[in-house]
Parts: sequence; structure tokens; C-alpha cells
Amino acid sequence: MFMSKMKPLTGAYASAEAMRQINPEVVAAYPITPSTPIVETFAKFVADGKVDTEMIRVESEHSSMSACVGASAAGVRVMTATSSAGLALMWEVLGVASGMRLPIIMSLANRALSGPINIHCDHSDAMGARDLSWIQIFSEDAQEAYENTLLAIRLAEHPDVLLPTMVCQDGFITSHGVQNVTIHDDDVVKKFIGERKPWKSLLNLNDPVTFGPLELTDYYFETKRQQEEAMMHAKKVFLEVGEELSKITGNNYGYFEEYQTEDAEAIIVAMNSTAGTAKATIDRMRKEGKKVGLLKIRLFRPFPYEEIGKALSKARTVGVLDRSASFGAHHPLFSEIRNSLYDIDSKPKIQSYLYGLGGKDIFEKDIEKVFDELLEGNTGPTKYIGLRE
Amino acid sequence: MGFPEEKHLKKKAGWKEIPIGGTITTAGSSMLNKTGTWRAFRPVKDDSKCIHCFQCYVNCPENAIKSDGEKIQDFDLDFCKGCGICAKICPVKCIKMEEESKFIE
Repeated sequence: MFMSKMKPLTGAYASAEAMRQINPEVVAAYPITPSTPIVETFAKFVADGKVDTEMIRVESEHSSMSACVGASAAGVRVMTATSSAGLALMWEVLGVASGMRLPIIMSLANRALSGPINIHCDHSDAMGARDLSWIQIFSEDAQEAYENTLLAIRLAEHPDVLLPTMVCQDGFITSHGVQNVTIHDDDVVKKFIGERKPWKSLLNLNDPVTFGPLELTDYYFETKRQQEEAMMHAKKVFLEVGEELSKITGNNYGYFEEYQTEDAEAIIVAMNSTAGTAKATIDRMRKEGKKVGLLKIRLFRPFPYEEIGKALSKARTVGVLDRSASFGAHHPLFSEIRNSLYDIDSKPKIQSYLYGLGGKDIFEKDIEKVFDELLEGNTGPTKYIGLRE
Repeated sequence: MGFPEEKHLKKKAGWKEIPIGGTITTAGSSMLNKTGTWRAFRPVKDDSKCIHCFQCYVNCPENAIKSDGEKIQDFDLDFCKGCGICAKICPVKCIKMEEESKFIE
């Protein structure tokens, strides 16, 4: 009997619910705001005997990712959660995890990097890790944070992929905001998830292997080339797994979501919770007859350049909303979107916007102003939303 | 078959052939990696002075000193890296470290 239940949950709790259904053999984590309630809730599931997980309490995030690497090499399912400085402290080991091709799953509650120290949302943590060969999926709300986590497990463990994956949600805004979340039936989800079948296990004495050995000029480059190929495979597998998950949830899992873009003259590109604010703005502006739309990025790594270029080709002006800065360069999302348009014959005009650093709020009126500017068609250097002069 | 194999010593494998993540799938494959080529100094033993005390044998970090169980025989130059511990530890000073360049033919 198929039973889905709607519950009032925070994004953090929804992520923990996904972890409960996945029931990983090992979770190694160190608490950091705003990811703390993910691990806290999951620890309660462990204490209450709702999962069989061995919970490893470590002394830092460098250690948590290291413990994840060891456990994943042993062949079991491994998950963790972190934010901001925690992800930054993992940095060295993030590359080890992907370099060793270990399908570790992480919930990342996006938070600004220090300094100045700040606990609120922006995407600078995830963007700092974008070239470390982790698959990165972004979630608009708690429902997506939950479902993307289920998708991530199957994607990461696919034999053509075998790469670690981080599922991002906006710190506090999503992680601590209560929404209605549909939690799908345990048995149905567990059947979808299945079991991890490692290609090699560190603990299999009948088939001894060495994981993570030294590779110098002789093989390192070759190993990295394989990794690049695996990332390209992830693009294809993402859609396949998404289609399968769609049969359970009824939701779609494209590389991105297009909202009212069909005839849109002005399109905003955004990630995570700001997409929700943009949708509300679009609904209102559409009633006034303004042709505005949204392209919400779901898959950031690997990045779907070709598909996005095509999707934006019909617009007159595109505005890209970045919630993290790349100092001395185009901001991360703008850079990718601009790249996506290079091969398009009739390129739309494009405008970069920086907003929301350190959790600075973005409102419907801000997005309406962006749309009005885009509809006027004037583009120039980066504009700032919500910044005091 | 695992990786690496003997054939990879002569011709290195391409990126499509090697196991993912740098994983070594052949047990004991370090036997194929002749690290003796790193050596700058080579140990040379004066057999007439050797008292077969086995000090060099037990202290060699590479297990590169050969023995028949009763007597010290020779050095395994495929794996000796020339660290000189054997020469230092020898109580009768019968091992000398000679520059490797002397042995190049």
C-alpha cells in the first residue's frame, strides 16, 4: 500500500527524514550552524533505534570527512552534513573522497564563509567546493532537500558515476523554516534506494586492494581524466534516476526548472530558496501582463551548459542572481550562464546581480525591480540587490 | 586480471584501462615497482670481515639484505635505496657506501 504523509517539517528535518529512510551504515559528522539540526535529528533516530547507523562523533569536520572516506572505502553507505567553515575545513578531504571515487552523500545547509564571522545564508561555502569533483544539487525548499537526497544516493553510487554528492539547501531560510513536506512511504523509498554494491571493498580479504595510493607523474593525470568522464556520465544518470524517482513522487527532476519561460522576455536565473520568491513575483507580474520567467538551477555540478543555453535563447534579457561573490572575476553562477550562451546564435543580453551575502534578505519587491530593469533591456556591470551605498 | 601487471612496466596503461580512483587491484604489486633505481649510494660488503651477526639484516627498512638463514649473503639491489643504515649499524664496519655512479657501465 502506497502511503505518503504530509508533515510540517523544517528543511533540516526533511533531510534527516531522507537519511532515516536511506539508513546509512555510517554517519560521521560534527555539528555546525545551520546544519546542526540535520545531524541532531538523525542522532535522535539512532538513539531511538529507528536506524541501524553507526554514528561517529568526531572532533572536527576534517575528521568527519576522513571518517566518511574510510567507511566508504570499506564499502558501506556513508552520509554527513555540514555548513560554511565546516565544509571549508573538509576541503582537503573532499578532494580525497572524489579522487578515490567514493559515493559519500552530504547535506549542505548553505552559510556564508568567515570573515567577518556570519552564520546566515549565502552560497560561498558550496561555490568554494565547486571544482572538487563533487556533484552539487541545489534545493528550492524542504521538499526538494528531501527528494534530492534520495536521488543523490542512487546517482552517486551508479557504477558509471561513483562520485560524492552534496545536496544544498539555504541555511536557516530552508533548513530552519517549517513547510509542508510530503514524506513518501518508507517501503517504497527503501525499494527505490536499494543497497550499495561496491565495486571493491577495503574489508574483502578474498579480493585485497589498495585504495588511495601514491600516483605521481605516471598515473595521476590519467586518474583525473577518468574523474572528468565520470562527471559527464553523472549528467545522463541524473535524468535516469530522476525519472525513476518521479514515479514515486510525481515531481520532475530536470537539470533545471523553467517557470513561465515559454514566452518570457526577461528571465531570472537563481538557485535555492530565492527561486520561490521569484515564482511569487512572477505570478503577480504575469497578472499585470509582464512577460517574465525563472530558470531555477537544480544541478550545478556537472553543469548543463548546452541545455541552459537553449532554454535561455528565446529571452530578450537574462538576469543572473548570485548569492556568492567571486572576487576579481565574474560571480560563479553568472560565469556559468554567460558560458552557456556562447554557442547560441541569437544571444540574449545578460546582467549580473549580486545579492543576499551573509543572509541579507531578498524580497519580492527586489525581484520585481530586477525584472523591470531586465524588461527595459539595459545591461552593464554587476548590480547589487539590497546593498546600502 | 588486476592492476598493475608485469606488462605495465614496459608500457604504461591509458586512462580507460586503469581501475578508477588510482585503486591497486593486484596484491603484492610493490614487487613490480623496483625502487632500487632511487639509490645514490650502494652498499658494498667485505665478506672477509663479516661476522654474520645479522644486525644489518634486522635493521634494513626495505628487507633488502639476503640471507640463507645462517649467513648474510648479498644485497637485493632491486629494492635497496641506499639509506646506509646497514653500514652504520655494522659492528665490524665491513659495509661501505659507494657512490652509485661508480657502477654505471
